[in-house]
Amino acid sequence: MNATIRAPRSFPYLLLLPALVAMLLVVLFPLLYNIFLAFRNMSLYHFTDHTFVGLEQFRELFAQPVLYVLFGKSLLWTVLNVFFHVVIGVALAMLLAGPVRGRALYRTLLILPWAMPQYISALTWRGMFNYEYGAVNLILQRLHLPAVPWLSDPTWAFLAPVIVNIWLGFPFMMIVALGALTAIPHDLYEAADLDGAGAWLKFRHVTWPQILPVLTPAVLLGTVWTFNNMVVIWLVSQQGRPADQTHIMVTWIYKVAFTYYRYSYAAAFSVVVFLILLAFVVFTLRRAAPLEQAK
Amino acid sequence: MSAGRRRPVHVSVLTHAFLVLVSLATVYPILQIVTVSLRPTDSLYSTSLALIPEHATLRAYYAILFEKQFLLWMRNSALVSLAVTVFGVVLASTAAYAFSRFRFPGWRMGLYSFLLTQLFPATMLMLPLYVLMRALHLLDTFAGLTIAYTATALPFCVWTMRGYYDTIPVELEQAALIDGCGPWTAFTRVTLPLAAPALTITALFSFMSAWSEFLVARIVVSSLSLYTLPLGLESLAGVFQTEWANYAAGSLLVCVPVMALFVFLNRWLVSGLSLGGVKG
Repeated sequence: MNATIRAPRSFPYLLLLPALVAMLLVVLFPLLYNIFLAFRNMSLYHFTDHTFVGLEQFRELFAQPVLYVLFGKSLLWTVLNVFFHVVIGVALAMLLAGPVRGRALYRTLLILPWAMPQYISALTWRGMFNYEYGAVNLILQRLHLPAVPWLSDPTWAFLAPVIVNIWLGFPFMMIVALGALTAIPHDLYEAADLDGAGAWLKFRHVTWPQILPVLTPAVLLGTVWTFNNMVVIWLVSQQGRPADQTHIMVTWIYKVAFTYYRYSYAAAFSVVVFLILLAFVVFTLRRAAPLEQAK
Repeated sequence: MSAGRRRPVHVSVLTHAFLVLVSLATVYPILQIVTVSLRPTDSLYSTSLALIPEHATLRAYYAILFEKQFLLWMRNSALVSLAVTVFGVVLASTAAYAFSRFRFPGWRMGLYSFLLTQLFPATMLMLPLYVLMRALHLLDTFAGLTIAYTATALPFCVWTMRGYYDTIPVELEQAALIDGCGPWTAFTRVTLPLAAPALTITALFSFMSAWSEFLVARIVVSSLSLYTLPLGLESLAGVFQTEWANYAAGSLLVCVPVMALFVFLNRWLVSGLSLGGVKG
């Protein structure tokens, strides 16, 4: 790439300087400080007199079941969300890429969840999940279905934020898939028609391979975002109710840090979550790279 | 999905049935906010599903605007969001330009370290920032909030801006340099005006990341007089208590301008984002 221009040697560094200083002060330094804290015993009782404890926090973390249980819940949370984001998003995009009457209206309505501030969506859905007066149960009753204890039963209280987050997240995938679909050349479908391919074969051999390269980075990004999303569970389940049973890893860390003041334990837990995500992304990119080279 | 062939009738009916169903599920929670905001205070415990409640009233809007601290929260949110926007745009537009137009030692590492920050769980920044701010007496100040939000918004802004600069032909600046411009002038007079769409996206993104943020605000701010909109509205959202209608009215006042802007920028947003995508 010959995209450079001639300028004094110091020029790019001067341009970088403000952002660099900001990143060093508000990102890099805090991160290093977080790692430092993970090896100490800072808590409410040791706020200023904390000491070096080596790997003690990590040892405690790996010795207790909470890490493994929450890792499972984080996985379930992420898989359910990303799966439905992609399925609903791609299905809608395929319908809207064709000649459908009212396409512009559908498109506008369907991106609204993306445009709403997340905290308002979460708080509003929490109201809708209220057992007696919430709209969800009222609708279920009109359909002669039993009311569901959305916010009081641990399983339902975990599924309620999942539903909210699916509602929040599918428009992004829809927009991404829509962009990819409209870029597919028409003659590919015409060639498939000539070969007598049915709808499924066309999807399998034309549509899917064409949108996959665009969808893959979006799914990767979506997975990381979902894994790290705290605000939906926090607000819908009111900080993990009932009895802290609806947490995933990140919401639990937030609660441990800012409700129970176990700073060093939370710092160590954050490091573990980061390493999990790093491993996931490196693994995925390794597997995706040979695919791209093959093209 | 060939345009030439007409779909059979039953396919088109099924298509619309599905689209209408999903659209209803999409819009219903938003309509729910409207409904609740119109309820008179004595019928908050209602099992009616009517979209316009009986004895609908605008009382909640009056209450939220003139009896609650809503306008104060809005002012606080606006102040912090504007500060974050200014930092985000200034820092990202210059740094991204360096990454787009120059190659220097540490170029690759610098660029990818911005990307790496997206993998950090939020608590990995929140917790140390909280402890440090506490030591520096920045807790419960707008400065503290601004610092935390800038830290989260900056990496994404740099990537978006850099991706957009890459699409602007470098020959334009080279021509300006031959005409005797300095590199700074070439950047501010030639490139920046052309990058207006990306600057808009960056500004919008920085603004929104501060405007709708709840969890950082919850730990940094404790004085009621410094409450931002998310903190204020959450304090009203105690489910089906007397404030429920006020919460709904306030939420609607916050949502409508944001959603209008989003729908208005719809197409632009998608092209700005895809241009700023991950390219090596």
